[in-house]
Amino acid sequence: MSLEKPYADVPGTTIFDADQARRGYHLNQFCMSLMKAENRARFKADERAYLDEWPMSEEQKQAMLARDYGRLIQLGGNIYFLAKVFSTDGQTYIQAVSTMTGMSVDEYRNMMMAGGRPIAGNRYVGEKK
Amino acid sequence: MARITAGVTTSHVPAIGATIDHGRTAEPYWAPMFAGYDFSKRWMAEHTPDVVILVYNDHASAFSLDIVPTFAIGCAESFPPADEGWGPRPVPVVQGHPELAAHVAQSVIQQDFDLTFVYKMDVDHGLTVPLSLLFGQRDAWPCRVIPLAVNVVLYPPPSGRRCYALGKAIRRAVESFDEDLDVQIWGTGGMSHQLQGTRAGLINSAWDAAFIDRLIADPEGLSQVPHIEYVREAGSEGIELVMWLIMRGALADRVKTTHRFYHVAASNTAVGHLILENA
Repeated sequence: MSLEKPYADVPGTTIFDADQARRGYHLNQFCMSLMKAENRARFKADERAYLDEWPMSEEQKQAMLARDYGRLIQLGGNIYFLAKVFSTDGQTYIQAVSTMTGMSVDEYRNMMMAGGRPIAGNRYVGEKK
Repeated sequence: MARITAGVTTSHVPAIGATIDHGRTAEPYWAPMFAGYDFSKRWMAEHTPDVVILVYNDHASAFSLDIVPTFAIGCAESFPPADEGWGPRPVPVVQGHPELAAHVAQSVIQQDFDLTFVYKMDVDHGLTVPLSLLFGQRDAWPCRVIPLAVNVVLYPPPSGRRCYALGKAIRRAVESFDEDLDVQIWGTGGMSHQLQGTRAGLINSAWDAAFIDRLIADPEGLSQVPHIEYVREAGSEGIELVMWLIMRGALADRVKTTHRFYHVAASNTAVGHLILENA
């Protein structure tokens, strides 16, 4: 029997469950390695070479090189692990998270200051706004 | 006899820590949020406990994907701040209370809660930001801290019902410790927020307000709320709020609200903050 996923109909959301954790194990462990300053330096010096030390899929590596966080989440990444990457890049959560929404950083920040993304229309896939 | 005298809840957004560390709390973006903690800092100065049992979640700092404990209690002498990718926060090393931690662990395990013992652990913003918010910038924290880490990163976290019952077990454990200690319990994380996907930035202030109302007056009923409601209504990361139920379970059935504050937004997150005392 596969995992029960009552959250599958929540729009624009990938829940980091045990299936995703298995898919993203090496990707997330790569992210963890950036908690050490010497590893951050090696990664910055040659990202591709550093990524090739990890048994990640080519798709995961390409998404990482492109900093495509939305795709990385779908491929098993988790935001708290990915935070090690955007912190290494000198980015904040606002900057990194906004890239997943199709909004500019300024548009996203302004939305947050105006009360955030409303819940109306955002509970179920296909729900009318 | 040790006793739990008060409960505190607060969000633990990393940007709050960075703002404190860089001396930017007076900036227009941040000032209204920090103002919500002015009373709390004064209150805390007058009610500094001997020990805080600090319920928080590790954000892939101490626990990688190698080991993900559902509940883990820090039994070490001390806990250094973690390097989360930009160097450790410039905050004091957290001093633990190994004797009380060991007693709580033994007691709650014998009440059927299978905590993981941790004797070496770095603590990340989930634990240090609440300390900064309530105690300000310090050379040393004014009390001992027992970290209680809850998995809310890898789904499913423990249920609200389980968290609430764990809080009650912790209360019994503290009250059976011989030393005369003033103990507070803090529940951190939340409120509504989502940090991933195209729905990122979700805030549900009405749901947050109702959550606080029920946490104060109807925690038993609130503890029955299933995970899916947290995810759908408060965002994928809003599920952190189950940790507030551990705090609430450790207090008396009836509490008085000493302080209540809510603010949107700090970074991506709705900030909620409470001080509750046993009525």
